[in-house]
Amino acid sequence: MLMLAFDTATPAITVALHDGWATLSEHHTVDASRHGELLAPAIAHVLESAGATREDLTGVAVGVGPGPFTGLRVGLATARTFGAVLGVPVHGVCTLDVVALATEVSGPFLVATNARRKEVYCASYADRETRVGGPEVARPADVASPLPVAGEGAALYPEHFPSAVAPEYPSAAVLAEAAVRRTVPLLEPVPLYLRRPDVAEPGARKPVL
Amino acid sequence: MRVADEPVVLGIETSCDETGIGIVRGSTLLSDAIASSVDEHARFGGVVPEVASRAHLEAMVPTLERACRESGVALRDVDAIAVTSGPGLTGALLVGVASAKALALSLGRPVYGVNHLAAHVAADRLEHGPLPEPCMALLVSGGHSSLLLVEDVTSGVEQLGSTIDDAAGEAFDKVARLLGLPFPGGPHIDREARAGDPAYVEFPRGLTSGRDMERHRFDFSFSGLKTAVARWVEARERDGEPVPVADVAASFQEAVCDVLARKAVDACRRRGVDDLLIGGGVAANSRLRAMTEERAGRHGIRVRVPRPALCTDNGAMVAALGAELVSRGRSPSALDLPVDSTMPITEIVA
Repeated sequence: MLMLAFDTATPAITVALHDGWATLSEHHTVDASRHGELLAPAIAHVLESAGATREDLTGVAVGVGPGPFTGLRVGLATARTFGAVLGVPVHGVCTLDVVALATEVSGPFLVATNARRKEVYCASYADRETRVGGPEVARPADVASPLPVAGEGAALYPEHFPSAVAPEYPSAAVLAEAAVRRTVPLLEPVPLYLRRPDVAEPGARKPVL
Repeated sequence: MRVADEPVVLGIETSCDETGIGIVRGSTLLSDAIASSVDEHARFGGVVPEVASRAHLEAMVPTLERACRESGVALRDVDAIAVTSGPGLTGALLVGVASAKALALSLGRPVYGVNHLAAHVAADRLEHGPLPEPCMALLVSGGHSSLLLVEDVTSGVEQLGSTIDDAAGEAFDKVARLLGLPFPGGPHIDREARAGDPAYVEFPRGLTSGRDMERHRFDFSFSGLKTAVARWVEARERDGEPVPVADVAASFQEAVCDVLARKAVDACRRRGVDDLLIGGGVAANSRLRAMTEERAGRHGIRVRVPRPALCTDNGAMVAALGAELVSRGRSPSALDLPVDSTMPITEIVA
């Protein structure tokens, strides 16, 4: 088996290749505004450095957010197209679950990532593999917690999340491992937007006379 | 590349609200699949970028599958991928470009990020064969109003003028709303205008007076026209009189088409060009086509207008430009190809 995994729901562009036993190669960049540019070269890089070709792939795993929409869609459009062309399954995994899996916390904790507009995407966990609340989009003050908090949200809002823990961003190697071992719920590759499009219906016409 | 003369190219278009995927072999159209989110935008009176981007993601794979099925071409037989990388809505373009790169990577084929306006010009190859060189192109849509001198659609396009405010199609949408007609406004105004008097109101012709012609000879302005229509309609309403919708629609349409046709023919004569191509959604307007053909004909200028499905945004036009680029041996884009919401027409391939 050969699983290609990536996540673009945070400022990280993270890509990994997993053969069912171990991660063969991975690539990790942080650049909040260039997901569209950097993802495809990173995929080409992990395939090449593992000596694998596209025909060898047996599945794709993708982070489905929640995360800023534009970057999130780059990952989902890429994953769905790979799946359609190669005829392989595409698994979605909640990005916050991927962050949670990489924490080294015993006991309950939160994951909070940057939702912009002074909000966070947030979920709560009983342990690394067990989400018990969320994901939701919230103001940091409304979900403030003394518990350990992983994800970029803890670094952004230390006044509300005083106990920051690693990691700050998801890792595709962890995502690949989770999809292979099914340690978290596998979802359809459908984005978790959690917000409606920002738009209002037009009001009455403004007179010009 | 196996057959450089007749490359099979798959084109993707997502710059606005249409998800288009087309497949061509050289200048032969094999399929042109479209999914539109226009109905989702109608109640907002215009295209909402986030709504369009979400719709592109959902439509991408189904539209790809439909384009393949209708063309009878298997993806492994595609020689290259072409995709609109600008100008357009950033979030919408990104869905198309990400999908194009995934196709390129998963098929092991090159990807060309191409200019949306140049693709509109190239669309006519699919209908009327090779483009005369040079030719003049009048591109008019909800997002663009440009006059382009095309020496070679793969490398040499000069912009003579463009709108300095609203696009022509945008003016149609706004005036339609004023007259209580649905979005998008173009087809509704065209239909209403057939029963109206185009000389009922003499609306202003933007940038056609002496001083404006010195600075903006080939530029357009439709914002003042839109306001003039609004003032006229409101004055009627204020006086408690009915608004003659057909007559206002016809008079407004006459003003838009008069300026477009006048400047396009002027540009052809000024630059000694005998072929005028009209593209973009507004090219479907019946009055624009009739008026331009009549005025161009007086000066021996031939007018080419592709059928409406090739005038509005579509993937086949992108594929047509891609096929021309492949045939002429142009280098593809790199995998880190960015989108460019304001891509200039001087850049045909990103």
